[in-house]
This record gives sequence, structure tokens and C-alpha cells, in this order.
Amino acid sequence: MNKTSYQNLIRGIIAENPILVMMLGMCPTLGVSTSAINGVGMGLATLLVLIFSNTAISLVKNIIPPMVRIPSFIVIIATIVTVVDLLMAAYLPSLHAALGIYIPLIVVNCIILGRAEAFASKNTIFQSILDALGMGIGFTLALTVLGAVRELLGNGSVFGYLLLGEDVNPILLFIMPPGAFLALAAMIIVFNRLRTKENEQ
Amino acid sequence: MSYVFIFITAVFVNNIVLSQFLGICPFLGVSKKISTALGMGFAVMFVMTIATIVTFLIYHALLLPFNLEYMMTVAFILLIASFVQMVEIIIKKVSPPLYQALGIFLPLITTNCAVLGIAILTIQKNYTLLSGVCYALANAVGFTLAIVIFAGIRERLAYTKIPTALKGTPIALITASLLPMAFMGFAGIGH
Repeated sequence: MNKTSYQNLIRGIIAENPILVMMLGMCPTLGVSTSAINGVGMGLATLLVLIFSNTAISLVKNIIPPMVRIPSFIVIIATIVTVVDLLMAAYLPSLHAALGIYIPLIVVNCIILGRAEAFASKNTIFQSILDALGMGIGFTLALTVLGAVRELLGNGSVFGYLLLGEDVNPILLFIMPPGAFLALAAMIIVFNRLRTKENEQ
Repeated sequence: MSYVFIFITAVFVNNIVLSQFLGICPFLGVSKKISTALGMGFAVMFVMTIATIVTFLIYHALLLPFNLEYMMTVAFILLIASFVQMVEIIIKKVSPPLYQALGIFLPLITTNCAVLGIAILTIQKNYTLLSGVCYALANAVGFTLAIVIFAGIRERLAYTKIPTALKGTPIALITASLLPMAFMGFAGIGH
């Protein structure tokens, strides 16, 4: 794999992480990260939509007139989201119920339209897929860690396995709305600290 | 269900921003000054109420009779996007002062998940047109309330010394976490 391809793939994971650096897709991030499994589910659904939308938009980028490109992108994205929504309802009904309104709302997730506009509409299909993979993995990783932290502190478990034991009273606040903001703030502080340390070295 | 009940629950108990996490982007993005926060609030109020009416009518008049319920997401986002565009053009022509006040917020509203979210929730909750309008208006009031309180806190915050590690997003998120804590006090009203 040559250097640009590698950079396009890796960029979304740390340097331009959609949640921790770009602050995109905040609604699903805060809304569904009550448990690690919800984080994984939402992340993978977004990853899937992102790959298909970047591919489709990269394919049609030369056909769509610039004036109507945003509405066209939205229609393409909405169609893909509908497909993913129906697939999840059929094969993963419990996860579909847990994520609820946030699945159709992937349409208005700024990450998807952002990558379509900033990357897929200017680059080749292969590079666009790499970009989607990187961004999607970055989103999924951040969402899973956030979900795991909130689940551990708020419920004493990770992925449904009790870790803290029966005697420990979990901090219920962390699976409630205020905990979403607090946990994300803490995560960004740690992430920024690690990144500046790395840059200093 | 009474309209008062829908209204109180949507504004205080299940606040759209603070407990349902819809419309977080404008909540964090345009909340540095109270005046802009108010402008955003009114723009959302206007768009959300009318968008809910339009999507409700389209759903019941077009999608349901032809068994096209699964096209809801595609149809609604298109309706909202074109509606916002149309409002922008009309306001620009009819009332320049209003355009000055709301204009810059309108393009942002298309990607505001609160508008699409409330349109879909109105359908999912099987509301009638009137209770749907009440629900949308109440949620918009809840959004305005949350963003204006938050902007008020951030205006004060601008004059305080903040540790370097917390500057920018982290302190905004920590501040934002205080609001749902306060609103949790309303939790009993709904029952």
C-alpha cells in the first residue's frame, strides 16, 4: 500500500478522529453510549453507511452538477440509511430497538455528509473507501470506549459482564444524561494529553 | 393525552437536548452568546413546527395510502431540506430584518437532527396533527430554553480562568453536564 493510501486510512483513527478531534456526530455519541454493545452497534452501522455512501458518491461525482450536489448527496445517504435500518430491524432486532430513533438519524450525522463533501466528491473510489474505513473505525473505537467507560462506572459491567462485583454500588449518574457529557469531557482531556505528550517526544 | 401534559413533559422532563440528545451540534456550536442562542432558538421553533406539520401531512396523505412507510427517512429529509431552502428565499424577499436575524441559522438547521428527529417521533408516537404540533412546539421551546441557559453560563465562563487542559471543548461539555442534572429535578412531574 502506498503512502497516500495509508494516510487516508489512518487519518480518521487518531489525527482527525470524528468524535474526539472534529466533534462531529455528537448526538448519537452522547445518546447511545450508555453501554459498550450499543457503542459497537452504532459505530458499525455508521461505518457501513459511510463505506457505501463514500463509494456511491465517488462513483457519481462527475455526473452530479455542483449546484444540486448537497441535496443529491442527502438522497443517496438517506437511501443507504434506510437499507441499513431495514437490515438491522430484520437481523438484529434487539440492537435495533436499543438504538431506536438514532438509526434513521444517521442521515443527518455530520460525519457522513462531511466526508462525502470533503473527500468522496474529490477522490477516487478506492481512496474514498479507505477514508470511510478510517473514519468509521475511529468513530466506532471512540464510541465503544465511551460506552464501556459509562457502562463500567454506571452499571459495573462491560459488554454485559459484571466486573465490579455485587457489593459495589455503581455511580448511576454515568448512564444518565449528565454522565454522557462528563465521560466525553474526561475522554477528550485524556486524549489531548496523550497526543501532546506524543508530539513533545 | 392532554396538550398541557405533552407540553410540560417535552419541555422539562424529556428535554430534547438534555435528555434525548437531539440537536447537540447547534447546542455546543452556537451557544457562545445569548443573542445568537436566542436567534437559533427562534429559527428552530419556526422550522420545527412547520416541518412537523408538512411531514405529518405527507406521511398520512401520500406514504401511508401507498404503503410506502419505509420511505419515511428519505421523504422527510428531502422535505425538510427543501422547506428550509424555501423559507430562506421567502424571508429574504419578504422581510429583510427577519432574514438578518434568522438567515445565518437556516442552512445550519437542515443538518440539525432535532428537526428530523421530532418529525419521525411524531409519527412513531401516533400523535394526531394537533398534538403533533403541540409536541413539536414544546420541543422547540425546550431546545430554546436549554441553549439560552447554556449560553448564559458560557458568557460568564468567558471571564474566568480555566485550566489549560480543560480549555475549549472539555469545559463546554462539563458545563453542559450541569444542565441535565438540574433538569433531572423535574423527573417526577411526568408520572
